[in-house]
Amino acid sequence: MQMFPLVAKQAVVRRQGKVLAGPIDLTLQGQGVTIVIGPNGAGKTSLLKMLHGIVRLNGGSLSWACPTVEARKHQGFVFQAPVMMRRSVIENIAYPLRLIGVAKAEARLRAQDWAGQVGLGHALKQQATMLSGGERQKLALARALIRDPQVLFLDEPCASLDGRATREIEEILTRAAANGTRLIMSTHNMGQAQRLADEVIFVLHGKIHEFLPAEVFFASPATQQGRAFLRGDIVE
Amino acid sequence: MPIARSDAVIWIWQQPCYTVETVTPARRNLYSMSDLWGGLTQAFWLLATMDADLVEISLRSLRVTLTALLVASVVALPFAAFLVVRRFRLRRMTIAVLNALMGLPPVVVGLVVYVFLSRSGPFGVFGLLFTPTAMIIAQVIIIVPLIASIAHQSLRELWGDYHDLLISLNTTQFQRIQALLWDGRRALLTAALAGFGRAIGEVGAIMIVGGNIDHATRVLTTAIALETGKGDFALALALGFVLIALAVAVNLMIHRLSHTESEGRW
Ligand SMILES: Nc1ncnc2c1ncn2[C@@H]1O[C@H](COP(=O)(O)OP(=O)(O)OP(=O)(O)O)[C@@H](O)[C@H]1O
Ligand SMILES: [Mg+2]
Repeated sequence: MQMFPLVAKQAVVRRQGKVLAGPIDLTLQGQGVTIVIGPNGAGKTSLLKMLHGIVRLNGGSLSWACPTVEARKHQGFVFQAPVMMRRSVIENIAYPLRLIGVAKAEARLRAQDWAGQVGLGHALKQQATMLSGGERQKLALARALIRDPQVLFLDEPCASLDGRATREIEEILTRAAANGTRLIMSTHNMGQAQRLADEVIFVLHGKIHEFLPAEVFFASPATQQGRAFLRGDIVE
Repeated sequence: MPIARSDAVIWIWQQPCYTVETVTPARRNLYSMSDLWGGLTQAFWLLATMDADLVEISLRSLRVTLTALLVASVVALPFAAFLVVRRFRLRRMTIAVLNALMGLPPVVVGLVVYVFLSRSGPFGVFGLLFTPTAMIIAQVIIIVPLIASIAHQSLRELWGDYHDLLISLNTTQFQRIQALLWDGRRALLTAALAGFGRAIGEVGAIMIVGGNIDHATRVLTTAIALETGKGDFALALALGFVLIALAVAVNLMIHRLSHTESEGRW
């Protein structure tokens, strides 16, 4: 199904009188990996949630190439603070499949496979709420990938992973991207951004400050704030 | 000694028949201690011999209250989950009303149910007045708001956790309620047990709608009220101990059955 381009026009999300993101004007095409970067509180999470369509817009519009209801069925989201359902690891990962009517045995089998891929094969029966921070992120990734989404939003999916786990997750993501999953991901890890990105969105004060091909952005950001951010300086 | 005298006055006030002039603080202690002791021994003997009457009214207490609990839970728990996931215009008001209804005086509930079920009332034709069914109806009305309110509190917290994920996964309203009820079952059990505690110890409403008829609608609480009225404190106390034991036993059993005490399970 043709989902892209995703077009945002003057899209705004406001909460309690404060603008969290927007106004956003953006057109995303169907190929590549988009990396969202920016300082803490810049609005990366808000932007991703807005594009995913789980926060109400207070203005503007957001449209996929297909009906939004259809588009929503083919998206996944890995939250910055992964939500652990009060169930075992395998039941957590199988849950999205159970929702769309996949039989229990089949769902568990596929969940087991994904748990192995993200490195949770040893903890299938464990309560998800008892997992460590890194393990939670792995679980959330497996749970998001199990429906084989066409678009996957990831909000700092490697934030509490060690170096090795980060590389393993990146491999999984690269493989998914090669298989046609469209990745839109935020990160604070510039090395990771450079390794994965095809295009970069630099967010500042809730707005898209720069939107450039990765090699262009990392070679020479268009704005002074972009340069400061890449250097690790304070961004005003 | 003014303190002792006022103690005695309180004691007299608690007695059904007044023997004002003869009571001294010393005798008071003697009396109540022997009542307590007598109650304990009598409770022991009633239990040890499996007294037929006691078994009958205990089982009726259990049957009435557990049935009421089941019906109330089936109504209250999904309703609580619905209130959490569904935003509608009168939602806040519904929750406020629900909380207020927790304090519903049982006697008034009994009275209203009585009026509805009495021969001339709207449901008079069913002939339910003075039957266990009437008592179940009264208890359901009393504990539904309680169970729903407590359940709503804890499910709201759980929904706070789950909100983003369940929205993102495109769940239907029904699937959200399902997930909350299943994953919140530990907290819901606590809500249900609170309802059970309220129902099994309730006397005002079921006295009115049940009538405390021997071999028909007499339960532990109404029997206690009756024996206290007759002045048989030892027997009343014995029944009281049985009631407490029953309540504790049911609590422990339900907890045991649901494995809620084993670590890390939900
Ligand atoms: N529900 C909300 N109500 C009010 N303010 C909010 C809400 N959610 C986020 N914010 C505010 O919006 C701003 C942007 O938040 P957001 O989470 O999008 O930042 P971020 O770029 O993801 O930051 P980080 O790198 O720390 O994850 C922050 O200042 C935050 O305090
Ligand atoms: Mg964020």
